Amino acid sequence: MASDTIAINGFAAGDKPIGERLHGWVTTVDHKRLGILYIVYSLFFLVIAGIEATIIRIQLMVPHNHFVSPEVFNRMFTMHGTTMIFFVAMPILFGFGTYLIPLMIGARDMAFPRLNALSFWLTAFGGLLLYFSFVGGNGLYGAGNAPDVGWFAYAPLTSRAFSVGHSTDFWTLALLISGIGSIGTAVNFIATIITMRCPGMTLGKMPLLAWMNLVTAGMVLLAVSPLTAAQVMLCFDRYLGAHFFDTQAGGSAVLWMHFFWIFGHPEVYILILPSFAFASEIIPVFSRKPIFGYPVMVAATVMIGFISMSVWAHHMFSIGMPSYGNTFFTITSMVIAVPTGIKIFNWIGTMWGGKIRFNAPMLFCVAFLFQFLIAGLTGIMLAASPFNWQLTGSYFVVAHFHYVIVGAILFTLFAAFYYWFPKMSGRMYSETLAKWHFWLFVIGFHLTFDFMHIPGLLGMPRRIYTYEPGRGWDIWNLIVTIGTFVQGIAVLIFVVNLLWSVFKGEPAGNDPWDAWTLEWSTTSPPPDYNFATIPTVESRRPLWDLKHPEDPDWKYE
Amino acid sequence: MKPCAQSRGLVCKVAGLALLLGFLLLIATVCSAAPAGPSQIPNIFKPDSTPADSIFRLSRLVLIICALIFVVVFSLMVYVVAKFRRRGADDGHEPPQVYGSNQVELAWTVIPGLIVLVLFLATARVILSVQDAPKPPGAIEVVAIGHQYWWEYRYPALGVVTANELHVPVSDPQHPTPTFITLLSADTDHSFWVPRLAGKTDLIPNHPNHTWIDPHETGLFLGQCAQYCGVQHAKMLLRVYVDSGADFNAWIQSEKKSAVTDDAAIEGRHIFESTACVNCHAVSGTVADGHFGPDLTHMMSRDTIAAGAAANTRENLRAWIQSPDSIKPGSLMPAMKLNDHDLDALTSYLETLR
Amino acid sequence: MSSVAAAPAPLKPEWTLPSRGRVGMFCLIAAESAVFTIFVIAYIFYIGKSSSGPQPKDVLELPIFISICLLSSSITIHLAVRALGKAQLGAFALWWVLTLALGSIFLVGTGREWYHLIYEKGLKISTNLFGTTYYSLVGLHAFHVTVGLLAILIVTIFTLMKKVKTEHHEKVEVFSLYWHFVDVVWSIVFTVVYIVGR
Repeated sequence: MASDTIAINGFAAGDKPIGERLHGWVTTVDHKRLGILYIVYSLFFLVIAGIEATIIRIQLMVPHNHFVSPEVFNRMFTMHGTTMIFFVAMPILFGFGTYLIPLMIGARDMAFPRLNALSFWLTAFGGLLLYFSFVGGNGLYGAGNAPDVGWFAYAPLTSRAFSVGHSTDFWTLALLISGIGSIGTAVNFIATIITMRCPGMTLGKMPLLAWMNLVTAGMVLLAVSPLTAAQVMLCFDRYLGAHFFDTQAGGSAVLWMHFFWIFGHPEVYILILPSFAFASEIIPVFSRKPIFGYPVMVAATVMIGFISMSVWAHHMFSIGMPSYGNTFFTITSMVIAVPTGIKIFNWIGTMWGGKIRFNAPMLFCVAFLFQFLIAGLTGIMLAASPFNWQLTGSYFVVAHFHYVIVGAILFTLFAAFYYWFPKMSGRMYSETLAKWHFWLFVIGFHLTFDFMHIPGLLGMPRRIYTYEPGRGWDIWNLIVTIGTFVQGIAVLIFVVNLLWSVFKGEPAGNDPWDAWTLEWSTTSPPPDYNFATIPTVESRRPLWDLKHPEDPDWKYE
Repeated sequence: MKPCAQSRGLVCKVAGLALLLGFLLLIATVCSAAPAGPSQIPNIFKPDSTPADSIFRLSRLVLIICALIFVVVFSLMVYVVAKFRRRGADDGHEPPQVYGSNQVELAWTVIPGLIVLVLFLATARVILSVQDAPKPPGAIEVVAIGHQYWWEYRYPALGVVTANELHVPVSDPQHPTPTFITLLSADTDHSFWVPRLAGKTDLIPNHPNHTWIDPHETGLFLGQCAQYCGVQHAKMLLRVYVDSGADFNAWIQSEKKSAVTDDAAIEGRHIFESTACVNCHAVSGTVADGHFGPDLTHMMSRDTIAAGAAANTRENLRAWIQSPDSIKPGSLMPAMKLNDHDLDALTSYLETLR
Repeated sequence: MSSVAAAPAPLKPEWTLPSRGRVGMFCLIAAESAVFTIFVIAYIFYIGKSSSGPQPKDVLELPIFISICLLSSSITIHLAVRALGKAQLGAFALWWVLTLALGSIFLVGTGREWYHLIYEKGLKISTNLFGTTYYSLVGLHAFHVTVGLLAILIVTIFTLMKKVKTEHHEKVEVFSLYWHFVDVVWSIVFTVVYIVGR
């Protein structure tokens, strides 16, 4: 039972000396430990990038503020964006995937455990390389430190002529290396899901989390690789004097934009699909019903995967594409709303007629539904290219994508944290602190990101370190900054809750949520080998069948 | 969970959601229904030119459709959350297990599909009408060149070169005199955005772009560079002066002239022409012929210096020449490090460039 | 409920899934294809856009011989894998070493072409857009050939040490997928660089 196996877990104090335990973590190829490493690593960078966001918001609190210099401000938004996307969102989602996929499909590890470790350490090294630029970015002469080219690093700002010193080199190398790590993880996810499922688990009986991670991994292969290629070209430009993006020698700035967004837009779906996956696991359990329309959910996921490959230039409506280009990317960007809408309706359908328990994971999922609805609707506005000519590059678009990344992705991540925390640590978190976290974060989130839309509509562009008074932007920026601090306090409560619960929480037992997927059939935390005997499944909810032998799922599926 | 705590949580939730709805209504009212404010607010919902107006009309349609979707789905969510929560008097049984319904799935696939179709058709019309608008014979042609961190404006047909403050004639719907702007960049990417006149179009090196405006009212319209272009992206401000036809012609005539020579400022002129100033700045009719910085031939006709970062006053000019970083840190203009006497003389000379 | 595995469940006897090596290699090939696509797009985008010489038609010659070598190495590696599957270790060694030789000829040929271009025609990566895209695309492919040759070399060494057995058939076969991919990419690079772009 649970109490017997807690000592196996790395969190709990073992008998081994600390050096040996550390060595165990560094050399591990166990998917559960690597998953936790990913998550802890990402949380560390979440705090750093959060501090950068706070610096940005303090600077913008009032017009003509002198909290930081323009150079520092530009580094802050570049590092905030780069860190949050590449060293928080992606690794944390990979971390959950790495931890959960083998458990949910009844396997003992990933298909390639050593590749798994390599991928993690590459990603980790990429993050450290990026931050080493604060130390090493100066180079030889007057080059400043830390990248300051924006997270999409438009050419020719990244060329040697406009970005002297080494800060941009750190940026491009960090993304190149972590990108290779991401591709490795994606290969591993696909190979694991295709070849390691336990007997009986056909593709149609896989948990939706595995399905969505499968599609995500496929998108990583096809989307992160172009970014890697483009970073190689940028390296050639900066080190070998090539001219890919050198506009002085006939190179094209627009080509970089295409290459970046061919990565950049699927990336949004690479991040949102795993968070859909969390919602698709959590909402049914807390509504006490199976997911509504499983085949349609799978189909919608696959459709999103395909369509998302053809929408990238909606980030480029203002670059002067011909009218047929704008029209094409308008229709593709709008069409992707249909499968996304299907998902929202299916989650509502799942809750319909259920008996909903509002524990912290479900609270975060419900908030996710509301916020994702709004994010989707502002997405429709941005897809209408003429409207986009006004909105792109403004604070409206900043508010929109934070609504997606914070309002949807981070909220489901918090839900996932609370939902699987008992499994990972063997202990329950404090529900009271979790509720405080939830409500404070909801309030802070809406203060910040609801009001952030308005200055965009009033003509405030993004990435400006200061602004003129008298343009109607002042009050909104003040409110946005206040909201940032409320969110900061909420995240602090979250961290305290995690740390406290890891050591002092109540033992959770194997299955605290009365859930239905395979990870809840083993101990909390699971033993090194996950399952003593490889399970056999007959339906999408193997534990439901076990708990309700009189009314098993496989009769209906 | 105890029933009372349950219902209290629900009250909180409904209150929170009401708050959310309130925020959205607030956004809608603030942005679209506010009374006409001072023109200094570059509100995209106060269009004053055909492209901005077409976009505004489209955005109104999109907003209404989105608001309707929001109200319907939001109500549905609130209903589900309130109605199907687990109540205190629960019998402990699981609810009926429902796996899906093809009819319902079909409905919520087809209906959003139809909405998307409507939105797309409305959007496509506006794309074509704004982007492929024909150029009438009376159109003014301007070439705008983005520099780190200022704007160069050339009127090739009229023989005028100026910087940072764009003058265009007001356009009368009966006799339209729109301004067609070719957008070029001398260095990095920039974006031309005057929200009340038109949506933004980027200025990209090696990639000429076009936009057009036909302001319906005279006055000053503000905007700024909307594509991150380097350290001082924030202070690359845009000022568009819409003049009456007569005022515009008078302005053109005055800009066409060479710089006046004022003997009182001959010492300052000498300093100007013997220092690094002439490497970057041009003053027509003199030896100053640089093109890296703004043309100064008629700089005193402008209200601002440093791309709108400061008012064009003697104090600001002096501070700008002595230390550009004091007004716009990161600007590419070097600090001239003149002594007080020379600085005064140079400033006096610049003040004669009307 | 200690474990779901304890539940008696009818085991379906024919539960087989694809080999993970193959799936992993196909994933890698998908990712690599995306990388090459981007480089090919850049090459095509910049055809004829170089502002100064040398232009492709002035300096490029069709590398027919080395292309034939590389493409036929796909056949030899296929024969090698088949021989190993039938436990014909001698035949395997023969075909495998032949593959190594053909691949090496290709790499040497590319090296000679580059030497010719750099030292006799003065075309470097920094010369113009043609140089930039040409060396990147052909170089990226040559890099993949090099990686493949190193792997082939390692297997060759094991073969000579008599360590390669029939049970390694699947691993060798998975590697041969990579080698086939490299060959297919060459046929695309050849078409784009030496036929379309010249």
